Amino acid sequence: MQRLFKFIYQYRSFFTFITLEILCFFLIIQNNRFQSASFFNSTNFVSASILNLTTDIQDYFYLDEVNQRLAEENARLQKLIEDQAIVDSTAIKIDSVYQFKFITARVINNATKWQNNSLTIDKGLMDGIEREMGVLGSGGVVGKVRYASNRYGVLTSLLHSKFTVSSRIKNKVELCTTEWDGVDPGYVQIRFVPRHHVIEIGDSVLTSGYNAIFPKDIPIGVITDINISPEETFYSITAKLVNDFSTLSYVHVVVNRFKIEKDSIESLIISNE
Amino acid sequence: MNSRSIILFLSFFLFLGIQVTILRNLTLFDVAFCFIYIGFILFLPIETNRLILLILAFIIGFVVDLFYDSIGIHAASAVLLAFIRPYWINVLTPQGGYDIGASPTLKQMNFFWFASFALPLILIHHIAIFYIEGGSSLFFFTLVKVFASTIFTYVVLVLVQLLSRR
Repeated sequence: MQRLFKFIYQYRSFFTFITLEILCFFLIIQNNRFQSASFFNSTNFVSASILNLTTDIQDYFYLDEVNQRLAEENARLQKLIEDQAIVDSTAIKIDSVYQFKFITARVINNATKWQNNSLTIDKGLMDGIEREMGVLGSGGVVGKVRYASNRYGVLTSLLHSKFTVSSRIKNKVELCTTEWDGVDPGYVQIRFVPRHHVIEIGDSVLTSGYNAIFPKDIPIGVITDINISPEETFYSITAKLVNDFSTLSYVHVVVNRFKIEKDSIESLIISNE
Repeated sequence: MNSRSIILFLSFFLFLGIQVTILRNLTLFDVAFCFIYIGFILFLPIETNRLILLILAFIIGFVVDLFYDSIGIHAASAVLLAFIRPYWINVLTPQGGYDIGASPTLKQMNFFWFASFALPLILIHHIAIFYIEGGSSLFFFTLVKVFASTIFTYVVLVLVQLLSRR
């Protein structure tokens, strides 16, 4: 026994090294299991306040751009309201209008250059934000909430290797998947479009509405490149993102009022089978 | 506390502060990142206790992780760096050994010694960071990131030393 202790003492720096590395990898793995976000993140009080402060300063340099984008978004929404009024206002429409509520939040920490990018926003549990809620930017899909503390939230960006969005190609394909390959933060890849579909460069990619976190028909990107080799089943498609992720400053968190109802009825059916 | 430990204490917060407020948003040409905080581990005195070195590296890496939302990645890389550092310093021992209380900085060593000391260590640290973060799925793209960031970090660390009066 004494020799064992002596041995450990002799190589104490090596054993400390091993212990710390095991601890680190335990944290990394826990954080990567996607569904369960780690408790240690940028939403803690000290780091979030510092991020908030630096964003306050940086925002002054982008005021022009931000104003421009907000004005464009306003114009787009204005047009949408008018279109809506012209079509009709049946009870079903009103239902779907009220299904989603939006909470506006400011981005205080943003990354686009890693392979797994996260964002931090300045709204949290106290503002009604919960895990697994979808997040939209002024142009379209941004990501979803991975962890929320009382005042701050961490988002999994669309630019994350494990984040996929159920999507569709306008008027052409009803269901496909959008994901990011990790190289260019301006472009995403569209997967699982079978070869019998005819698609063109310039078609727009929208959310499908088959998941509970994004409303239907939210823009994601515009197709810029289509490829298919003779032996493959699916196209490989590249689309340019509508949002410029590197300059995101305000985002809208989607609150789906029917999510609990949808999830509970679906789980009922699954458990009955 | 003597004046040296006060300077070390301040430099801890200085490196950390610059890293998380300014360099967090700075990426050159989409591939070159700068992780100046490892300068704190590199510049500690040569005979620093290995256990203290490891623990300081873990703390500074962990705090950086909190800001990057990448818990564990920077901590693991920094601990690896701190573990290898004493062995690498032994390998590089000049004739006649090191002076007592010396630090591995440009001021106390010459330029070539510092380059052969810092560059491999920065490279190992950056390899660890980028391959833990992204996996090997985009091997060559990640490799470009590693080398670009190593050069960037090294240049900034040299500039920091030339500008500081210590």
